[in-house]
Parts: sequence; structure tokens; C-alpha cells
Amino acid sequence: MRVQQAQYSIREMIQERKQKKRIQIERFIPSILSLTAAVSILTTLGIVFTLIFETITFFKEVSVSEFFTADKWYPFAEAASYGVMPLVLGTLKITMIAALVAVPIGLATAIYLSEYASEKTRRVIKPILEILAGVPTIVYGFFALTFVTPVLRSIFPSLEMFNALSPGLVVGIMITPMIASLSEDALVSVPRTMREGALALGSTKLEVTLKVVLPAAISGIVASIVLALSRAIGETMIVSVAGGSTPSLNMDVTTSIQTMTAYIVQVSTGDAGYGTTIYYSIYAVGMTLFLFTLVMNLLAQYISRKVREEY
Amino acid sequence: MNMTLLRTSEAFNMDKTVVSQLSKEKVYETSQLNLWYGEKHALKNIELDIHQNEVTAIIGPSGCGKSTYLKTLNRMVELTPDVRTSGEIKYRNRNILDKSYKVEELRTQVGMVFQKPNPFPKSIYENVAYGPKIHGIRNKKVLDEVVEKSLRGAAIWDEVKDRLHDNAYGLSGGQQQRLCIARCLAIEPDVILMDEPTSALDPISTLKVEELVQQLKEHYSIIIVTHNMQQAARISDRTAFFLNGEVIEYNNTNTIFSRPSDQRTEDYISGRFG
Amino acid sequence: MKLIDKTIVAKKMPIRLVRNTILKGLFFLATTFGLLVLGILLYRIFAQGIGYLDWDFFQNFASRRPEEAGIKAALIGSIWLMIVVAPVALLLGLGTAIYLEEYAKKNWFTSFIKLNISNLAGVPSIIFGLLGLTIFVRALALDRSVLAAGLTMSLLVLPVIIVAAQEAIRSVPRELREASYGMGATKWQTIVRVVLPAAIPGILTGSILALSRAVGETAPLVVVGIPMFIAFLPKNVFDTFTVLPMQIYNWTSRPQEEFQSVAAAGILVLLFLLIFMNSIAVFIRNKFQKRY
Repeated sequence: MRVQQAQYSIREMIQERKQKKRIQIERFIPSILSLTAAVSILTTLGIVFTLIFETITFFKEVSVSEFFTADKWYPFAEAASYGVMPLVLGTLKITMIAALVAVPIGLATAIYLSEYASEKTRRVIKPILEILAGVPTIVYGFFALTFVTPVLRSIFPSLEMFNALSPGLVVGIMITPMIASLSEDALVSVPRTMREGALALGSTKLEVTLKVVLPAAISGIVASIVLALSRAIGETMIVSVAGGSTPSLNMDVTTSIQTMTAYIVQVSTGDAGYGTTIYYSIYAVGMTLFLFTLVMNLLAQYISRKVREEY
Repeated sequence: MNMTLLRTSEAFNMDKTVVSQLSKEKVYETSQLNLWYGEKHALKNIELDIHQNEVTAIIGPSGCGKSTYLKTLNRMVELTPDVRTSGEIKYRNRNILDKSYKVEELRTQVGMVFQKPNPFPKSIYENVAYGPKIHGIRNKKVLDEVVEKSLRGAAIWDEVKDRLHDNAYGLSGGQQQRLCIARCLAIEPDVILMDEPTSALDPISTLKVEELVQQLKEHYSIIIVTHNMQQAARISDRTAFFLNGEVIEYNNTNTIFSRPSDQRTEDYISGRFG
Repeated sequence: MKLIDKTIVAKKMPIRLVRNTILKGLFFLATTFGLLVLGILLYRIFAQGIGYLDWDFFQNFASRRPEEAGIKAALIGSIWLMIVVAPVALLLGLGTAIYLEEYAKKNWFTSFIKLNISNLAGVPSIIFGLLGLTIFVRALALDRSVLAAGLTMSLLVLPVIIVAAQEAIRSVPRELREASYGMGATKWQTIVRVVLPAAIPGILTGSILALSRAVGETAPLVVVGIPMFIAFLPKNVFDTFTVLPMQIYNWTSRPQEEFQSVAAAGILVLLFLLIFMNSIAVFIRNKFQKRY
């Protein structure tokens, strides 16, 4: 064998450079990295404590029972009233309308992509869904106000300039890609053998989809819907731009409303001074909003964890 | 093809008789080694000595613990979660299972070649220079020389010398595996562990690697895990037969393959199971 | 007697097939809905805004008169925001991802961090605004500065970056790590020299997408109190500023019709910026896609 005569013995050079110092430094790296990981925990703690402390301050001035039971949210009135229900109802209206749009369309898209579409079609559709999901919400807000509302008003002349219908529809459009792509993941992960079993019995694709694939993927689909609706609840700019600023307790979707998020925006862009009851009220509203979304997120995680246990 | 293999193996066999007559210094001494993966008792009371400048083959059916044993020799087995060991493995008279033994130090002396060629997604040069660099050698001249010497040592220099800075993924599977051997040689290890190094290669590349192993034992002690009994017969000086986590038989390769003392060994090498 | 009457099965077959075809058509229509909306949205904004999109638009500050209104402060402000968010979020996100994937042991603390990150990803962005307002603007007295807004946004996009980096790190094959450990490399050396170089395209792609989310976000900045009408540029990170979405929001909520066209023009600028960033991400993804 022709090994060149070594001028250097690497083995010896390595011995000389024993990495004592480096290994010393290396011992601190996990601690440093765990500090960065702690930032995400600090963020959560920051959110929770901020909301709790400022909400407590708010409840020193407004009673808890007023907050939950009063039927009017008139913080700017002479005789201010802080009943959060109208804001919650505004949020729920938006969420319901959004769900009516997003659940059928998102689910149908997911089924088409996972069960019917060719690889080529998927490669066209999926990026488009990604783009739709990446459009800034302020752009959707602009779209709702300057396009969807006028179109709706030409159909229903009684519709007010600011209403729940138009932003609700647009929020629905916004969360459709989310339902579509998450549900598609759930559908795709249903084992192929289950489909083949049903197809071999002479089922049509539709029957396989509705009777075999959908039931098998149901928890993933439900989780995706819950997650998307939680996003709808927290959506801010679309409802601020196109929803109006009139909190109300009626079930009408054609009149101006106000959601929890839109109220926070209204106060933030207004001139309510630091330390006023109005200032603290945005934390109480924020806390309510946070609890809503937290419960829904935990629910979605719980459901999707169940699905992972199944196969 | 078969003819060539047979002829080489004959040549190696002659070589072997000479080697085994010499009494060689022991590199590894394993005593009472037990290993558990969680509840699974994967290695049971292993007693095995490895000798310097020899090729030691470890054979046995899948799941018999041969790879586990190999990976214990450089403590790579610790990368699997939930591993416990007991007993002793002495490398050059120091117990490597002792927690105070720095794994980095151990692995600098004990190189490893893996089942699937696993070059880094870097240039050929950078692959070979990786080892010296992490150990603090930065002098360009030294590195150049190490790279050339290691690639020559792994019998791949002539094939790659004009494209040292191309990505290693452009090489064929067999070339990649020899590159991985070169990468391992670059830190001038004492022992080279090979975990089924030819299982992912075609017959011609396999032959090249086998020839290389024969050349390498001049400078290194080699322990090779293989599922291929002919390979063990062709290239090794000693062979250990593992079954269900135990060493059934350990002897000169010639003895194992011609006069096995245990019935199970005979069954295995005559292809009755595994 | 046969249990299955073949004639009934045969009779039902055509209906089942027709139903299959109809539903397939409906599913397809639903799928094209997204395409349709995107088309209308882009067309409307383009038609409305393109007329205002001239050189002056980039040169001018905001103005009370629509024809003089410009995007300069907002565009530069958005870039300032990125300058703060990119390093902060990337450093924290990458550190967390490395910790979780390479160092963290499987214990309650680790699963708590993971649960926490996925919950954080679901917190509405406006809540992050409340956090930023309380902690950065008031408690740390950073006021309505680039820094306060940037830190708020960094926390907002942090979960996205962590998850992207985790996936990229996880996709680096185990064999490469083993090769490195096998040569006596320490864990950190293996991470820095083998894992991160192999994972960097995925990390960059995810980070750019996260950054583009920060660029498009409005709600947290509204709450933090970033002004919408400003006629100067920030000199450093402690100055106040505005960003594209805030400027667009401001124009959208003006009553005059003309300002809606200005808003459309602003949206075009924002969309171009986002498309630019996304193309970089796609380019990186395609160019560096490694085959292992």
C-alpha cells in the first residue's frame, strides 16, 4: 500500500489540542439555549399576568356582575355601562357567518384535493391557498369595505354601510385555507388500505370518501375547524374596518356591530388617557377574548391528540 | 466475479494463518458486559477481546446484538434513549463505560464507518477535513496533506483528486463509502469500527471495500459487523458469532468456519437459520 | 334464494355514479372559490390603486390631500421593523428550536414548553399588542418606538419560527449526526458544523415567511399605539415610526373616496413587498433542497 510518508502525525496533533477548554464552554450551552426557550414561557406569563393585573384594576372600578350581566356596552357615555355581552355577541355573529362560509368550502376543498385532484392540480391549488392565507388582514378589511359591502348592498338595499355580514363573509374567506389545508392533512393521513378495501367492494369514490375516509379523519377535521374558528374570534382588522363600532345585543346581521377586538382597536386609536376606566377596559375585554381562544385551542389540541392515538 | 472473490479469499486465508500465529496486543477487553434497551436485555454477559492489527468479524442473525455491541465500543449506543449498561469494556486498559471517560476522546481514537454511506452535504475535501478541523487543526498545508493521505489510504484518491471541491453527493454509493472511510482515517484512529459497511453496496464496490479493509489492518485494528458470512470468512482473522445477545463462539476465523464447536454456530454458518 | 338481488344493485349503479360525478363537480367548484376570490381581490386593488402608484407616491410623506399622499415613511418604517424583528426573532427562535430538538430531555418541562409554544401560536395577535403596550411601551418605557413595536412583533412570530426551525432540524438525517459524533465531535460542534448547515434552507424559508407575517400585521401595532400619520423618518430604533399596514388602515378608514384609491396603491406596495419576500423564500427552498 502506498501511503505517503506522513510529515505530521495527526494523532499527536489532536492529542496536543485536547479540547478541554472547548468542552468547558460547551457545558454552558444547554443553559444558554434553555434561556431562549424560556422566552416563550415568559411571553405566556407576560400575557397572562398583564391581562390579570389590569383586569383586576378594571374590576375595582366596574363590578364583575355588571361586566357579565349588563346588556349595554357604552363606555364613552356620560353614564358609562360596561356589559361585555354585546361585544361577545358581535364576535360570535362574525364567527358564525365565517363558519357558514369556511366550513363547507374549506371541507369541500380538502376533499377535492385529497381524494379527487391529480398531483398536477394540487400543485396549482395549494400555493394559491397559501397565498390566500398569507394576505394581510388589513387587505381583507379593505376588500370587505370597498367591494363586498357595496356588492351586498346592491343585493340587499337595507344593509347598513357597516354590518356583520360583509366582514363575516370575508373572515370566512380568510380562514377557508386554514380549514382546507389542515383537513386535507387529516384526510391524507387516513391509511390507503382503508380506501382500497372499500373501493374493492365496488364503492364509488364519493361513498368511500363520505362513509370511510371522512369518519376516519373526523377528529382531525373537527380540530382544524375549531382552530380556524378561534382564529376568526381573534380577527381584528377586517371587523374594525368593515364591522362598525356599535355594540348591540340584537341578532341582526345587517346592522353595525362591534366585536371585542374592534373595541380594543377603537380605544387604542382614540384618545382615552392612560389610567382611565376605558383604558383598563381593553384589558378586561382582552382577557375575555384570550379565554375564548385559549379554550378553543386547547380543545383543538385535545381532539387532534386523540386522532394520533387512533392509527 | 465469483472466481475473483474466491481467489482473493484464498490469498487472504494464507495471510491469515501467518497473522494468527503472532500473539498480538489486546485493544479491547470486554468482560461481563450487559446492556438493556429499556426492558429489553440486548447484550448478555459478553466476554470478548479484540486484538491489535487484526480484522475481527462479528456475525449473527438480525437482532442478535452485533451492531449494539459494536456501537458500545465507541459508546454511540448512548444516542439511543433509555440505554443501561453494566460490566466493563477496557480500551487500552481503561474502562470506557466509566462515566468520567470522555466520549469525544474515545471516538477520536475509535473511528466508525456506518451501514449506509453518510457523507456530509459538503465537498469531498471538507468531508475529509472535518475530523481534523473539529479537533482544532486549521493549518491549510497540514489539512491538504491529511486529505490527500486519507483519500489515498481509502483507495479513492485517483478517482476524486480532480474534483476535491465537488459535493460528495455526486459520488457513487461505493465511492461515498470509501470517502467515509477516508474521513474516518483523517483523524488517524487506532481502531476502526465498521457496521455492515458493504450492505448498501453493489458487488464490485463491496470487493473494493473488502480489499481496502485488508490493507488497512496493517495500521489499524478493525472490527467489522457483517450479515454476510462469506465476507467474514474472506476478510477476517477472528470471528465472533452472536445469538440473542450472547457470544456463542469466538475463535480464529478458520476454526469457526471449518470446525465450529457449537451446534448453533454450525447451523448458522451452514445457512440453516438467520 | 340469493341474499343479494343483483338487479337492484345494477339498477342503483347509475344513480350512484351520477351522484359521484355531481359531488366531484361541487367539490371542484368549492376549490376554485379561493382562486376566484384571489382574482377579484387582486383585480380590484390593482385597478383602483395603480393610478396612484407613481414615483411621487414613494417620495412623499402622508398628507391630508389624497393626490399628495405618499408611502415613504411607512415603507421605510416597515423596513426598520424588519431590522429589529429579524435578528431578535431568529436568535430566540433558533435557540429554542435547537434546545428542544437537541438538548431537551423528555420531561414535563419540555412538554410544557412545547404545549406553551403551540398555545402561543393560537393567541390572537391583538393580545400581543396588549402585552407590548404594557411591557415594552409602559413598563420598559420604550414608548411607541421601533424597538417596542419590533420586540412585540418578534414575540408574535416567535412560535412560527420555532416550529419551522424545529422541522428543519428534525429533517437532518440521524446518520449525519452519527458520522460527526463518530469522529469525536462534541454535540455543539455537530450542531454548528453539520446540523445547522444542513437545516439552514428550511430555517431561512420559515423565518422569511414569519417575517412577512410581521410585515403584514396591523392589530398589535394599533394597540401598541404606533402613529398612523407621520412626516419624518426614524433615525434610530428609539424613534417613533409607522408601517405600511398602519398607513393603509389609516387611508382605508378615511371617508373620502379618493383615499380608498390611495389605500389600494399602498396595498399594492405591501403586496409587492410580501411577494418579493416570499419569492426569496421559495428560491431558497428550491435552490438548496438537499437530497440525502
